[in-house]
Amino acid sequence: MNAARARGAAWLALLVLAGPLAADAPADSERLDALMRELGARRHGHVAFTEVEYLAVLDRPLESSGELLYEAPDRLEKRTLSPRPETLVLAHGTLSATRGKRTRTLDLAAYPQLAPLVEGLRATLAGDRAALERLFSVRLDDDPPRWTLALAPRDAASARLVREVRISGEQADVKTVEVLQADGDRSLLTIGRELP
Amino acid sequence: MTRAGWTGTLLFALLAATAASLAVRARYTADLSAFLPRAPTVAQRLLTEELRAGFASRLLMIAIEGADAHTRSRVAADLTRRLRESPAFADVSDGDSAGLTRIEDFLLAHRYQLSDAVTPERFTAAGLHRAIGDTLGLLASPEGLLVKPLFARDPTGETLHLLDGLDAPQIASFEGVWSSRDGRRALLLAQTTALGSDTDAQEKACAAIRSAFAAAAAAFSPPGALSLRLSGPAMFAVTSRAVIRAQVMRLSTLGALLIAALLLFAYRSLPALLLTFVPVAAGALAGVAVVSLGFGVVHGITLGFGITLIGEAVDYAIYLLIQSGEEPVSEWRRTLWPTVRLGMLTSVCGFAALVPSGFQGLAQLGLYSIAGLVAAAGVTRFVLPEWRPRTLRTRDLTALGARLARLLAAPRHARTALAVLALLAGLVLIGHRGALFSRELSDLSPIPVADQELDATLRGDLGTPDARYLVVVSAPGTGGALAGAEVLSARLQTLVEAGVLGGFESPSRFLPSAATQRARQASLPAPDELAARLDQALAGMPVSASRLAPFLADVEAARTAPPLTPRELAGTPFGSALDALLTVSGTHATAFLPISAPGGADLSTAALEAVRAAVAAPALESAASARLLDLKAEADGLYAHYLTQAVSLSLAGLAAIVLLLMVACSPVRALRIVAPLGLAVLTVAAGLAAAGERLGILHVVGMLLIVAVGSNYALFFDRLAREPHDRVPRTLASLAVANLATVTGFGVLAFSSVPVLAALGRTTAPGALLALVFSALLAPRAALEVAP
Repeated sequence: MNAARARGAAWLALLVLAGPLAADAPADSERLDALMRELGARRHGHVAFTEVEYLAVLDRPLESSGELLYEAPDRLEKRTLSPRPETLVLAHGTLSATRGKRTRTLDLAAYPQLAPLVEGLRATLAGDRAALERLFSVRLDDDPPRWTLALAPRDAASARLVREVRISGEQADVKTVEVLQADGDRSLLTIGRELP
Repeated sequence: MTRAGWTGTLLFALLAATAASLAVRARYTADLSAFLPRAPTVAQRLLTEELRAGFASRLLMIAIEGADAHTRSRVAADLTRRLRESPAFADVSDGDSAGLTRIEDFLLAHRYQLSDAVTPERFTAAGLHRAIGDTLGLLASPEGLLVKPLFARDPTGETLHLLDGLDAPQIASFEGVWSSRDGRRALLLAQTTALGSDTDAQEKACAAIRSAFAAAAAAFSPPGALSLRLSGPAMFAVTSRAVIRAQVMRLSTLGALLIAALLLFAYRSLPALLLTFVPVAAGALAGVAVVSLGFGVVHGITLGFGITLIGEAVDYAIYLLIQSGEEPVSEWRRTLWPTVRLGMLTSVCGFAALVPSGFQGLAQLGLYSIAGLVAAAGVTRFVLPEWRPRTLRTRDLTALGARLARLLAAPRHARTALAVLALLAGLVLIGHRGALFSRELSDLSPIPVADQELDATLRGDLGTPDARYLVVVSAPGTGGALAGAEVLSARLQTLVEAGVLGGFESPSRFLPSAATQRARQASLPAPDELAARLDQALAGMPVSASRLAPFLADVEAARTAPPLTPRELAGTPFGSALDALLTVSGTHATAFLPISAPGGADLSTAALEAVRAAVAAPALESAASARLLDLKAEADGLYAHYLTQAVSLSLAGLAAIVLLLMVACSPVRALRIVAPLGLAVLTVAAGLAAAGERLGILHVVGMLLIVAVGSNYALFFDRLAREPHDRVPRTLASLAVANLATVTGFGVLAFSSVPVLAALGRTTAPGALLALVFSALLAPRAALEVAP
């Protein structure tokens, strides 16, 4: 009885281990490379977005919407227009947040725990596999034409805050960015129509 | 030995024993600030206080180099942990979140007393609605991760507002440990408990860092893979002292050895050599003893000048031993001692002029030399002849002297040539007049350029710029100083917003005045009132009042909290920040507000004017006063003041020497004695200027030494002109040997890496040689005539 349970546990452990191993299998690695190439071919983008945050401290989710701008390889701008205007700019490893007259600048090197939130999307858009794998252990769930990149932060400080970033899309278009925080809170950003 | 000889020896032994016991018990110091002023102006007094005890003087920057970034970070974290346990350090940080967490905890606990956003308006329903709305906006952004844990206690975002206000410098980091921008060093900042002026304690602190580093490095890396670099004012003080100490030891030993070799060659007699050093040792001992009595403390650099004393005091015994030759000592005492005595007195006159100097180093040097020369001459006159064995025979230098005399008498147009030389030297000096004198205090620093560059690099990486401009508020009592700092902060803030200033620090940011704290507490509504307003404020928001119960509890606790005082801040990062910016001595408090230019450059004249106007505007508490301090300008001004003083005191010394000679000889003879010395000084000054060296205080002192030492030579030539010719060769030989000894003693100094010692050597060594040659060339012909 006990021996059987122990064997069951061993099988379970093997299955758990097999998950991440599978991502490193040659076929998947090639598929990831191909996806990265497709994504990296896009030099700039301008789209609308809506975002919903589910936070335990709040009674209702927070909803916001605005525009995302991307210039390859390392400039990402998130302009929130509603409910209150805010502009976040990620450029060359620095995050600056402007609300009203005030701009706050954060060096991501000084706040590595924030890196997954912004770098995950940036590196995905840039098709920068090396940057993704430096920050995350990457798992690709492929269901052509749809795909999902599950990114788990490697850095311990980041992992205490963020459990996983899930970016999914269709062919060369990113469709949603979901952030699962370690405390159970989560946010879902949905990308809408393309803007001129 | 005669009865007088026994008496002299006994007296000498007594005095020497007294001097030795004084010298042993004397307090020795080496920090440059002790070398600084008896404070001519209030601004300069503040400057020296800041140098001595200020926060900046207690800061040590620690860099770890070598191996890989990961190892460096781990060793740095371990070193930080070790140093935090040591009582030698008030605060140690390496950029780890533990440091930030400690700050956040403190800010969170006292936010309603510390935050300038706390006003009655903010706690109305509308104000709360806006503040909480802002925080909700943040929650949705990446920074929300940092804010979220505090939301229930601090929905108005006071803690983040305070953190924003801290203006923490952006420092690069790797794995949570500060690193240099080029990523090659891990960095730490340590603040010592001891004052910056306490060089002994600073030395211990540096040693503690080194041993903690050795232990940390051994735990994580192979031996020798990592190295430690330290920098900061305290480190500079420690290094300066070590460098000065080492060089003084090495150079005086080297100088003494060279002079001993020279004298052994000249005398061919070991007893004669030993006798020669008796007056030197007596002089050095007397010098230290008298300086210790007069000043209470002996500066390391003063000891360094012991070498200068060897240069001159050694001459007395040389004169006695070579000049007296075979004849009885009583004859030397009668004929030549008066000349030596007059020479000694002229030197004393010269050095006496330095004693009233406000520059403690100069004053000590003056007193040291006077005591040393009087003692050395006294021992030569009263003790040495008695100790001299009857059988003592030194080498006969008559032939050498005769040859020298003929050589020096040979040039026919010497006077014309010297006149041309004087003209040329004058022209060179006029040509360099704009850049003749050094203007920067830093020129005195013995710190190698490489170390100064490392310091600048580390400061750049750590964002701890050398504060150049300070607004200083003085008031009776901490409260007054903080209130004054608050008023000025508001004015400086408008200048920052106008782009005139880059930023500023103020102690009131870390500890608001009691009145301000009370006003903020009075802005907080009572519990029922706050609950009602909160309900109103949250209408339509995605959060309900029930989740914000911790907020209501915190506000109520803050409303009735006692005001924060420096005591509550002690031991927190805010406490050390406050210590840095607020000093209290007795009932008097001084607040320092360092200001910086936009972009970190120097402030423009217009910006300085704007700050001055802001500082001068009234409405400070009546007893408080404020001023703007430009540390670099004040330091350089201070230096210029001492340089001017050194020049005028030296000129006064020169005047005293001329006056003494006029009284002792005659005006014409006095002029003839002084002329070659003046020419030597002129030539050396022109030579240094032509070589691109800027003249500083120690060059000026060196010139005074040229006159002091050279006057002996000139006096002998004056004397020789009225002596039997058979004395000429032997006297000339003694002058040559004495001169060589002097040139050797000072020549060794010229190679020192300590600027003050090098300046002295480079001036006096060539100057003494020139003084002898010029004195001979300008001497009456009779002085160089040799009996056939």
